[in-house]
Amino acid sequence: MSMLHLVPTSSFPPAAAAPALSVDDLCVARGGRSILRNVSTSFAAGAVTVVVGPSGAGKTTLLNVLNGLVEPTSGDVFATELGPLHGAESWAALRAHTATIFQDHALIGRLSAYENVLLAFAESRHPLSLLPWPRFAREAAAKALEEVGLLDRAFERVENFSGGERQRIGIARALSRAPRLLLGDEPFSSLDPPLARRLGDDLRTLAVRKGVTLVLVLHQIALARALADRIVALNDGRVVFDGPVETFDDAAEQMVFTPPPSNRKGC
Amino acid sequence: MTEAAAYDALAGEWRRRQTRRQAALALATAAIIAAFAYAGALDVSRYADALPTIAQLAKESVPPDFSRWREWGRPLLETLATGIAGTALGAFLALPLASLAARNAGAPVWLNEAVRFVLSAVRSLPGLIWGVIFVAAVGFGPLPGVLALGVHSTGMLGKLFFEALEHVEPGPGAALRAQGASRLGVFRFALLPQALPRLTDALIYRLEHNLRAATTLGIVGAGGFGLEIVTAFHLFEYREASALILVLLGLITTVNFFGATLRRIMLRGH
Repeated sequence: MSMLHLVPTSSFPPAAAAPALSVDDLCVARGGRSILRNVSTSFAAGAVTVVVGPSGAGKTTLLNVLNGLVEPTSGDVFATELGPLHGAESWAALRAHTATIFQDHALIGRLSAYENVLLAFAESRHPLSLLPWPRFAREAAAKALEEVGLLDRAFERVENFSGGERQRIGIARALSRAPRLLLGDEPFSSLDPPLARRLGDDLRTLAVRKGVTLVLVLHQIALARALADRIVALNDGRVVFDGPVETFDDAAEQMVFTPPPSNRKGC
Repeated sequence: MTEAAAYDALAGEWRRRQTRRQAALALATAAIIAAFAYAGALDVSRYADALPTIAQLAKESVPPDFSRWREWGRPLLETLATGIAGTALGAFLALPLASLAARNAGAPVWLNEAVRFVLSAVRSLPGLIWGVIFVAAVGFGPLPGVLALGVHSTGMLGKLFFEALEHVEPGPGAALRAQGASRLGVFRFALLPQALPRLTDALIYRLEHNLRAATTLGIVGAGGFGLEIVTAFHLFEYREASALILVLLGLITTVNFFGATLRRIMLRGH
C-alpha cells in the first residue's frame, strides 16, 4: 500500500515552490512558564524534519505554532511563499494547505470513521448548508480510509476503534487534504512497530516525491533516525541540536536527554 | 523525611480544609431547617386535618368518571400542540444564543456574559407569568401558551445548551481551526456533533416539562387540558377531575416513553 496517489500531482507546484517554513527567535510562555525559548530553525520542503526531545521540552507547542493554534509570545514564523505570517489572512493561506496529525487523534467519538475523515474538508462546505459533503471530498475521504486499511469499517463509530486504529483514522484525515505542510505529533505512538515503520516510510516517500514539508514529533529515536533527513532536538524549550540526521550520533542523543541546568537566561 | 514528618507538612492545611468543609455543612443544615420552619412545616398542628381531608377527597374521586371523554380530545391536542410548539420555539431561539454564551465557541467573553445575563433574566420569570403577559398581548387560546413556553424555554434551554457545548472535547475543534475552519465551521462541524446527545437530552427533558407546564398554563387562560381539570375541581366534579388527571398521566407517560426511546437511540454505542 502506498499513500502517494492521495495527492493529485496536478494540484502541486514544483517542489521548489512548495512552502518551506522557518521560525525565528520564537518564544512561547504560558502562565509565567517558558515553553519555547529563542527557537530558530527551518523546515525544508520535500524533506522530513523530526523534532525530538524529552517530555515537556516544547515539541508539541512548536508544532502548534506552525499550524497557528499557539500564538508565540514573540518571534516570527516565515513561509517562503507568504513571508512573515502576521494576521489572519496569511495564516489562513498557510492553513489551507496544512494538515496536522494530533497525538490525541482529535476525532469525534460518536461519529463514524468516514464522517471524521470528511471533516478534513470542512472549508469546502458552508457551515449552515444542508447539502451533503461534496463528491470530491467523499471520494478523497474514502480513498484515504482505504490507504490506512479501514475502508471496510468506514461507518463504524470511532469510539469502537482501538487506539492504533484511531491514529490511522487521524492520519487518513490529514492525508486526505493533500497538504503541502504536514505536521505529525507522535503520529505512530499507538501503532505496532512494523505498521509505524510502514506508514512512516509512506509519509517519507510522500514528502520526497511531492515536495511536502513534513515535520514529525517522535519519541522513538530509532524511528526518528530511520525517517528523518534532519533532526531538531529540543530540551527545556531550547534547540539543543539542529542538523542532518547523519550527524545525530550517540553523544548528541545523550545530550538531548540530559536534564538542563536550571536558571538559564533567555525568554 | 519520616512518615510523621511528611504528615506534619500537610497537617495544617489538612485541618484548615476539614474545618472549612464542616463549617459549610453546618451552614447548609441551618439554612434548610430555617426554611422548613419559616414555611410552617415544623408546626405539627397544621397537619391535624390534613390526612382526613385528603382521604375524603380521594374517596370522592373514585371511581373516575370518563363519561365526557368525547369532549377532551380537543383540549388534549391543544395542550400537546402547545408543549411541542413551545419547546421547538425555545430550542430554535436557544441554540444560536447558546453558541454565543459558550466559552469555547469563539465569542468574546463580554458577549458570553451579556448573553448569559439575558438568558438568566428570561428564565427568572416563571412560565405562568409569561402566560399572563402573552394572554394580554395576543388573547386567549393555545397561542399565548406557545409564546410563554417558548420564551421561558429559551432561557432554560439556552443555559442547558451552552453547558452542553462547553462539555465537548477541545481536540476536534482545534483540529478544524488548525486547518483554517471559521468559528461557525468549528461550531457546526466539531462542537455541535459532539454536543448533540446532551442537547437532545436537554430538549427531551424540556419537552416533558413543557407538556406539564402547558397544562398549568390553561389556568391563566392559555386553553388546553389544564382548564378542563381546573373547571372540574371548581365544580366539585372530583370523579371527572381524577379521570382527567389519569388521562394527563397517560399522555405524559407516553411522551416520557418516546423521550427515553429517542435518548437511547441518540446515545447508542455509549
